[in-house]
Amino acid sequence: MCLAVPGKILEIAEHDGNRTARVEFGGITRPVRLDFVPEAQVGDYVVTHVGFAISRLDAEEADRTLRMLEAMGLLESEGLAAP
Amino acid sequence: MKYIDEYRDQRIARALVADLARRVTRPWVLMEICGGQTHTLMRYGLDELIPPQISMVHGPGCPVCVTPLEMIDKAIQIAARPEVIFVSYGDMLRVPGSRSDLFRVKAAGGDVRVVYSPTDALKIARAHPERQVVFFGIGFETTAPANAMAVWQARRDGLQNYSMLVSHVLVPPAIRLLLSSPQNRVQGFIAPGHVCTVMGYREYEVLSREFRVPIVVGGFEPIDLLEAISMLVTQLEEGRAEVENQYARSVSYEGNLPAQAIMREVFEVCDRKWRGVGPIPQSGLRLRPEFAAHDAERIFKLEEASVEEPGECLSAQVLQGLKKPVDCPAFGRRCTPESPLGAPMVSTEGACAAYYQYRRHALVS
Repeated sequence: MCLAVPGKILEIAEHDGNRTARVEFGGITRPVRLDFVPEAQVGDYVVTHVGFAISRLDAEEADRTLRMLEAMGLLESEGLAAP
Repeated sequence: MKYIDEYRDQRIARALVADLARRVTRPWVLMEICGGQTHTLMRYGLDELIPPQISMVHGPGCPVCVTPLEMIDKAIQIAARPEVIFVSYGDMLRVPGSRSDLFRVKAAGGDVRVVYSPTDALKIARAHPERQVVFFGIGFETTAPANAMAVWQARRDGLQNYSMLVSHVLVPPAIRLLLSSPQNRVQGFIAPGHVCTVMGYREYEVLSREFRVPIVVGGFEPIDLLEAISMLVTQLEEGRAEVENQYARSVSYEGNLPAQAIMREVFEVCDRKWRGVGPIPQSGLRLRPEFAAHDAERIFKLEEASVEEPGECLSAQVLQGLKKPVDCPAFGRRCTPESPLGAPMVSTEGACAAYYQYRRHALVS
């Protein structure tokens, strides 16, 4: 029920007075309302739930965490992790 | 898909598990609140991958599962009326009420429709001005802003044939109830990442301080959950009890302020009964009086009756993390997703359905 999926904003337009984006989710595009993420721009990734974006993904934060995790994964696979 | 695939990386998962195995010294019981997270744990077999000292129990975070029987019965009463188009998220249709379910209403000629978004129901209302369109507004804080927006728009546009049957629930009061129970054995919580995307995590700091329990806001992919488990174990092993945010790419401390604003404008907090759990004070949302013209409970005369759960179903204990689905004698035998006794077997996010779908029932048969 709280399933929410990240997708990339391809285009933003007004529909019936509501700011709406065309968002791509792994090859499928769907309309997504941007009422709750007024700062979102084309190219941003938004987390979408029942047709509304609920957050704009923080790309820097995601990259930082992922680099840390990847470094950990690399150490582990090379048997270099701290005992 | 970006922001999904990298959080399913096997190498990182193995590294996180190995690191956890080196650090855990004692048994710990952790709970993920959200049914979506339960689903990820089962789908990727994470519960079997993590060190055996760490035991995951599954929380009540499945809105379909906790919607009270009485509310399902009200939905059925409304949906059966000839002037009504009843609109719902798909999972609700098979949830058993006390005597029937929405699918049977549909089979008997009721106009019951499934939509993806509450705004789809607005479109139906505009297309059918001669009919009453009633949307079944369920969900946690994640879904409340979207449902609130639909009601707000209906009022703005003067849409007189659109109403909502609201059965919203809130997560923090349920955690408080679990922690206050003398039977509680949960030592650390993974807080639901999408609920916190909307609400932030200030409310969880209060719980963490009051009950001295570590809480980590977690995401929904396998790496997210393994990292959240690892952060909880680190706190427990070090004797800390704080709120930490694993899902920082989506969750901020304050949460989504525009979403909270629309929720506050349209809904007010109320007491709410949870299926399988019972009444929890201040744990629900209902429409404010200003939106009474769109409140299905005020528009339709409905029978109020308190109903008992089927005695054989253990869902009450499953939803509180006291029992696992496989502890139930009916599990996988008299209770299956095709013929469910209780809601956790219906919803794809219910713990019983997750165990069934990922073949954990082979362990007991």
